[in-house]
Amino acid sequence: MRDVAIVSFAQSNVAVEDRNEIEMLLPVAKEAIEGSGLARDEIDFTCSGSSDWLQGQPFAFVMALDAVGSWPPIKESHVEQDGAWALYEAWVKIQTGEVGSALIYSFGKTSPGDIAQVQALQLDPYCGQPLWPDLDSLSGIQARSCLEAGVVTEKQMAEVACQALRNAQSNPHAVRKGDYTVEELLAKPYRVSPLRDHDCPANSDGVTVMVVVAGDRAKQLCDRPVWIRGFDHRIDPPALGVRDLTRIPSAALAAEKAGAADDKLDFVEITAPYSHQELILRKEFGLADDVQVNPSGGSLAAHTLMSCGLNRIGDAAVRIAAGGGDRALAHAGQGPCLQQNLAVVLEGD
Amino acid sequence: MSEAYDQEALRGPHVIEYPFRRSCGPVLSRFFSGLRDGKLVGIRSQTAGVLVPPAEYDPQTAEALEEFVDVGPAGEVVSYAWVSSPRPKQPLQRPFAYALIKLDGADAGFLHAVDVGGDEASIAIGTRVAPRWKAERVGHITDIECFVPESEAQPAPPLTEPVEEPVKSVTTPIRLEYDFRAGKAQSVFLRGLAEKKILGAKAIGGDLVYVPPRGADPRNAELTPEFVEVADTGTVVTYSIVRVPSDNISFDLPYVCINVLLDGSHIPFFHVLQDCPLGEERIGMRVKAKWAPDDQLTTSVASIEYFEPLDEPDVPFDQIREYC
Repeated sequence: MRDVAIVSFAQSNVAVEDRNEIEMLLPVAKEAIEGSGLARDEIDFTCSGSSDWLQGQPFAFVMALDAVGSWPPIKESHVEQDGAWALYEAWVKIQTGEVGSALIYSFGKTSPGDIAQVQALQLDPYCGQPLWPDLDSLSGIQARSCLEAGVVTEKQMAEVACQALRNAQSNPHAVRKGDYTVEELLAKPYRVSPLRDHDCPANSDGVTVMVVVAGDRAKQLCDRPVWIRGFDHRIDPPALGVRDLTRIPSAALAAEKAGAADDKLDFVEITAPYSHQELILRKEFGLADDVQVNPSGGSLAAHTLMSCGLNRIGDAAVRIAAGGGDRALAHAGQGPCLQQNLAVVLEGD
Repeated sequence: MSEAYDQEALRGPHVIEYPFRRSCGPVLSRFFSGLRDGKLVGIRSQTAGVLVPPAEYDPQTAEALEEFVDVGPAGEVVSYAWVSSPRPKQPLQRPFAYALIKLDGADAGFLHAVDVGGDEASIAIGTRVAPRWKAERVGHITDIECFVPESEAQPAPPLTEPVEEPVKSVTTPIRLEYDFRAGKAQSVFLRGLAEKKILGAKAIGGDLVYVPPRGADPRNAELTPEFVEVADTGTVVTYSIVRVPSDNISFDLPYVCINVLLDGSHIPFFHVLQDCPLGEERIGMRVKAKWAPDDQLTTSVASIEYFEPLDEPDVPFDQIREYC
């Protein structure tokens, strides 16, 4: 395996973005590239993650390339997934030896459309999508399964939200934050019972950019490279009725294959758009009680679809680089009831 | 940076519609034919019991499945979420539940809506429910309007015109509505059109002009906040002839689409050629924008109705080769 380090990271999340994809992405890409110490033409490969359905602009993913400089032609690829999967593709390409560095970016702009309807399009198009269930409802079904099985309580869900919103107060990229008590949150009305507003993701528009570099070059570029020590992604069956919704086996397997349990974790950054999903994931990852979860606030504080997973990885890397820990698990999750899961283990030098 | 660039971005309604028609394959054909005939059909798997809707393959072993099993039509709620404010298109427009329902004889949950008269207290895990069938069924998941408490359910009424043919495909139209935001550079361009001006973005250094502007110079990834007016005349650098009808085409078929390099710009601009006998369109021909009447100019490319031929000599290919 080639050692690959995250050498630079930048993000932007706002509640509603007025600029087009190029205009939102360009300044953040510039910040990340300048932060990497590499010149633009020293970056071997570019890989992005986005979905044009979100803002309703066909081929926005192609247009966005203008923002990172696409002429003369560059070597690039795109996944219709969270940018975390674009990072995976770049990491694999580096493992093949074909390239030694990569720029990864993702963007999500959900404010122009009806995110609930757009997300229904990811369901089984024969029997699921035509009923137009929104993700709040499907996640509500999952949450109630967990409540019924005694896997979570509404109080624990509120505790997760309290902690996330408190952590978010020190995250300049959070769009929802605050200091609440569990009692205050539990007194709020349901949005889609058993979920309240704070149990649901804080949708935002934004972009994320990361630069990764292999081997010694990474050591030259930064004081404390943050190394990718393990990387894996897995998927659960698409039919909700087939899954045990109190479990997310694909997340557990991805973390295991990435080697999360091989050594002590100082903290984790995970993608749990709904509060009960954080509680499920803690169990799936076998986290000790003293492991801090989502110092960033996670998706309850800012949830830029297609970017939030890459944000978790970047947030973890920035924290390690700054000395806020030596070893962390970062996780990205996508799909109804977190069907698709990706885990990456990061270590500081 | 121009003042225009810093104005609030334009926004407007934007709709994407697709009339998706999907073929079913043999397994889902059995399921949808069953719905049309007023019954529910599952399939037996080795590892997960009886699945509804039927799956083609075992979710764990990927073994092909073929043993169909009649299930339900009643069953019990295994989990649900209560939708107090239904959204447009959802199966019910009063408070209802989305639920996973374990149909009698099935092992996996089946997702559908449950109507309990808008009263959340009337549903719980374990509640017995059965389908409320539509009278006229076509072989679609919405042939079941929703599930209702078992005591209120009625058997599926027979079709007025029974169909023997199995269901081969399902049609599910998609319509998504957006409040589209044009961004900074495109807003400048669109506002220019409302004033009968074509504005291009100047690349940093000023050597190239991009029309329409997308926001950045792809050569150096720099924003392009400066604008310059270009001519409404130009040269056709490529074209194609449209012969296939579509609902949103307002021109008589066949007609010619052109990429026109406007005088003073450096990327081609897409539009339509009219007032030119078919067969006379050619690379290098000179054209001019035909603007909409002044009182119909808007912040839209529709402000230019089409391009029409200009009585000027053709531009030699060598001079436009780079843009063809």
